[in-house]
This record gives sequence, C-alpha cells and structure tokens, in this order.
Amino acid sequence: MEVVFATLVGLFFAAAIYLMLSKFSIRIMLGIAILGNAVNLLLFTAGRVTPEVPPIIPAGADMLDANAANPLPQALILTAIVISFSFLAFLLVLTYRAYQDLKTDNTGEMRLAEPEERPLPPLGY
Amino acid sequence: MAAPTNTALDLSAALVTAPVQASHWLVILPVALCIGLGAILMMLRDRTALHGWIAIPGLALLVLIDAALLYKVAVDGPVTMVMGRWLPPFGIAFSADLLGAVMALAAAIVALAASLYALGEITTSGRRYGFFPFLMLLLAGVSGAFLTGDIFNLYVWFEVLLISSFGLLILGSEREQIDGALKYAVLNLIATTLFLVSVGCLYAVFGTLNMADIAMKARVPGNPAPLMTLAGLFLLAFGMKAAAFPVNFWLPASYHTPRITVSALFAGLLTKVGIYALIRVLVMLLPVEHAGLGPITAIVAIATMLAGVLGALGESDIRRLFGYVVISGIGTMLAGVALGSAGGLSGTIFYALHSMVLMTALYLLSGQVARLGGGFSLAALGGLYRQNSWFAGLSLVLFFAACGLPPFSGFWPKVILVKAALDAGAWWIAAAILLTGFLTTIVFGRIFLLAYWRPGSAQDIAVPQPIAWHAGLPLAALAALIIGFGLFPERLLHLTQLAAGGLEDPSAYLHSVFPEGAAQ
Repeated sequence: MEVVFATLVGLFFAAAIYLMLSKFSIRIMLGIAILGNAVNLLLFTAGRVTPEVPPIIPAGADMLDANAANPLPQALILTAIVISFSFLAFLLVLTYRAYQDLKTDNTGEMRLAEPEERPLPPLGY
Repeated sequence: MAAPTNTALDLSAALVTAPVQASHWLVILPVALCIGLGAILMMLRDRTALHGWIAIPGLALLVLIDAALLYKVAVDGPVTMVMGRWLPPFGIAFSADLLGAVMALAAAIVALAASLYALGEITTSGRRYGFFPFLMLLLAGVSGAFLTGDIFNLYVWFEVLLISSFGLLILGSEREQIDGALKYAVLNLIATTLFLVSVGCLYAVFGTLNMADIAMKARVPGNPAPLMTLAGLFLLAFGMKAAAFPVNFWLPASYHTPRITVSALFAGLLTKVGIYALIRVLVMLLPVEHAGLGPITAIVAIATMLAGVLGALGESDIRRLFGYVVISGIGTMLAGVALGSAGGLSGTIFYALHSMVLMTALYLLSGQVARLGGGFSLAALGGLYRQNSWFAGLSLVLFFAACGLPPFSGFWPKVILVKAALDAGAWWIAAAILLTGFLTTIVFGRIFLLAYWRPGSAQDIAVPQPIAWHAGLPLAALAALIIGFGLFPERLLHLTQLAAGGLEDPSAYLHSVFPEGAAQ
C-alpha cells in the first residue's frame, strides 16, 4: 500500500514541479495547488498507512491496539490543508490582480520591480 | 513502528498534572500579547487614528516582556510551558532557551523602532488597509517561531509570519509592488512547503514532533541515509527563507517595492528567522548530519557573501543596494553555521542580532535619504552632508557598522567568526569574510562619497532640513544600540557564547522539557 502511495506522491510532485517551471502565472498557481496536495498525501503516507484498526481504545483495555492507525498525521494534514488552501486563495487573487494591473500573465514580461534596462551606476564623482 | 515501542514506555509521568508556575507564562505571553493586540486593532478598523497609539505602547510592553523572559532564561536556564499540561512528547511545548529569548527581544526592539517610524510614514489609507494589525500578527509569527519547542508549530508560525508579510508587502498596491509580491509569495510559499515535507519525513523517522524529543532520538546512531537527505532538505528550505545564494533572487526582486517601514521590518526580521530555524534544526536537532553538510554549507556561505556584496557594488538604487547587503550578511551568518564550532555559532548569533538592528536602521535611513535628497538613485543624490550634518554623522555610524569597522557592533562578530575559521583551519572561509568586509567598505564608501559629499543639484541650495522626531528617534535609538554593543560587547559576547554552548550541549534544554525524563 505504501508503495502505491509513494508512487502517487512522486507523480504529484513531478506534475507540480513541471507546472511551476512554466512562464505563465496561472500554470504556476495550478502547480502550487498540486504541490499542496502532494505534501498532504506525503504526510499521510509518512504516518504509515494501516488499514486495520481505528485509534480508539476498546472497552476493558487501557492502551491502543498495536495495529491502530496513527491519528497525528490526520491532525497535521488538517492544519496543512487549511493553510495551503488559504494561501492558494490569496495567491489566486494576487495573480488575478497582477494580470489586471500588469496586463500580462507571462512572468518573463513582469519586469516592473526589476527593469531590464537600468541606468548605469554613476561612473564618476 | 512507533506504536509498539511507545506502549512499552512508562508514560505515567506525562499524565501527572500540576499547576503551571506563574513565571512560565512569560514564554507564551509575547505571542499571546501580539495576537490579542492584532485582534483589537482589527476591531478598531474604523478608528485608524488610534492604531499607532495602541500599537506602540503594546510593542513597548512586548519589549519589556521579552526582556523579562531573557532575564529569567539567563538566570534559571531554559523554560518550557506545555499547552494544557499534556506533558511532552504529547502536548505542544513552548520552550525558550537563550538563543530564542535573545532573538525575540531583538525582534521586539526592531518592531518598536519601525512602528515609531510608521507614525510618520503610513498614511490613513495604509492604516485602513491594516498596517498595524499586520505588524502585530507578523510579530506574533516571529516570536512564535523563536519560542516554540515543537517543529510542526515552527512550520505554523512560519506561515503566520508569511501571510502577514504578504499583507504588508502589497500595502498600497502599486504595480511595482504587485510584481514584487508575486515573486516573493510564490518562492516563499515553495520554501515553507519544502519545510513541511521535511517535517513530515522527520515525523516518519522519529515518530515525534517535539524538538527536545527529536534531539534525544537523533543522538542515538541509526541509519544515516534518510536523516542526511532530510538535513539537506532543511538546508534548502531554510536557505531559501534566509536568501542564501542559489535561492536568493526573490529578495532583491521584492524588498525595495513596499513602504520603507515594511522593508525595514522585513530586512530586520524575516531572513533572520530562516537563520534561526537553520541553527535550531541543523545544529541542535541533527548535529551529526550538520557536520556532514559542513562543506556544502561553507560553499553556500561563501557564494552568498560574494553574490551579495558584488550585487551591491553594481547597484545604484540604495534600497536595492541594501537588499544585497542583507544577502551578504546572511552569507556571513551561514559561515558560522558551516563551522559549527562554539566560536562560529556565537559569532553567527552575535552577527544575527547586530544585523537585525542594523538592517532595520539602514532601511529607515534610506527613507530619510529619499526625503532629503529627493530620490533613491545614487546617480541623482548629492549634497546630503550640507543638508543635515547630524544626519550624515549618524549615517556614517551605520555605514561603519555595516562594513564591520571597529568601534561599532559589526566588528566583534566578524572577529569571532574569522578567529573561529582560523582555529578550524578553514582559512578560505576567513579570507572570504575579510574580502566581503573589504568590498562592503567600498560599497558604503561609494554611497557616502556620492550621496553625501558630492556637491548636490537643486536641493542643495535649500535651507538645511530637520528630521522629524518619529524618524529621528528610532534611528538614534538603533544607532545607540549599535554604538553601545560596539564599545561594550562583553555582556552580549558572554550571552551569545552561552547561547551557542546551549546549542552544542542541549542537556539543559532537554531537562526543561523532560524534567522527570518522561519519555525515557
């Protein structure tokens, strides 16, 4: 099971990196969305995929079954999902605003903050 | 893997509850105060005139709390507070050691200075877009990152400070800012995502997220391959946050675009959080892997120093120039991390504290340079010395400190770092630090020559202009710190040496988290 998940995580990462290497900001955003999901899956897999027992202490026992699923990765993923979702929302708005203001979604043409042709620094006193 | 071993342990000590000592609340207070004030300021969004008068006393209180925390940590050793009294490794711990406490104090001082400057710079519309609430939440994130004892929490605080920094960065929404913010946002988000990946894998290896617990388990020899990979990932993620050489290009693209106050805060706080996390995770948690990565870190450090200072040499806009100076400072700090010895680490910590104060002061200075000289371009500036000679003298103090010249605070960390490098036989690192210092002197000499001494153009004829108090006061206070720690460095030197010692041998830190050895 873990092998399948690990392969899937690898595929997600590959797709995310491919998209983030694009010049166009909207593709970069899609890449970031996939990257967030890749990381969530990775956290899930890192907590060991155990199909057997939910993490509930049965009546009469005072500790968990040794095969019980680990609840902590779920809690971590929940936090990570919320954070990556809110960041994606912010970035999508920022991208849209950048498209409106800069009239392009090609990051190669976004050179306002770092103009390509800048005046030489003063060469004499 | 983790479950069967855990059940065999005697965890009864972890379930014993006792009331929290009152003084332990000091660890959590800096974060709680910032979040509380941020919430109050957000509720008062219609009455923005009040914002500054709430935020500044609040930040002054934060400085006092952080100073009290530092005093307590210096006297009693590291302090830990666990949320809900779920003792480690179950509960989420806030642990302050000397390193975290002193960095938090420096951050609070920097923020107080920047907020004073903001009184004169951030207009009503800036306040309405939430400058002061964002500032408070940024401080909550920074203080939380410095004081947390849980590595997943460190990730969460990174995100808190990141989202607040986005808000501050686009304050004003000029086209240039949106361009810079897009690059800053995407690259920093990728860096924190890499950090989250490494945290997930670290959990898979050790089955715990508590830093003290990880530090203990990592000292037991095991399979080195996964930890070495993880240490490399951590180096990449935190290097990106700190703007180390191959992954530094978001910084010169974005730091010159926002308001001066915001640039000053960013330059003072954000990259240093990356350095702090690098020290905490690599040096304290994974010391064996850190030693293995030493040569790579050294190469990165030298490349960062040289890339930063050469970029600064070729720049004519002073705000962008200061951005490159931030980068070369990061390289100097990384040199100490690469050496890894007690001397190298104490040099890094000293340099980080110095750089927090200095870079904030330099950016605030650039705002006044632009006000007096009418722009940021070295080609156009001139005659500032005749405009205001007091201001020129203060600038010279900051420039000397940035170059690492003697009577100011930049001198001592460089001496310690060069000595540590020579002691370790790494003469090339010492040579790189000295060469960077020499080139930085040329950079700042050029600024002083062109902007201050060169006969000015039109503005030169005008009457000398005074500096407003809300700009002059923070600048003078930061310069006083720089002069003070340059002339009397013994206290701070002692403190940084103790902090570095606590990282090399974290037994006191571990004891504060596990007083009864609950996990063992």
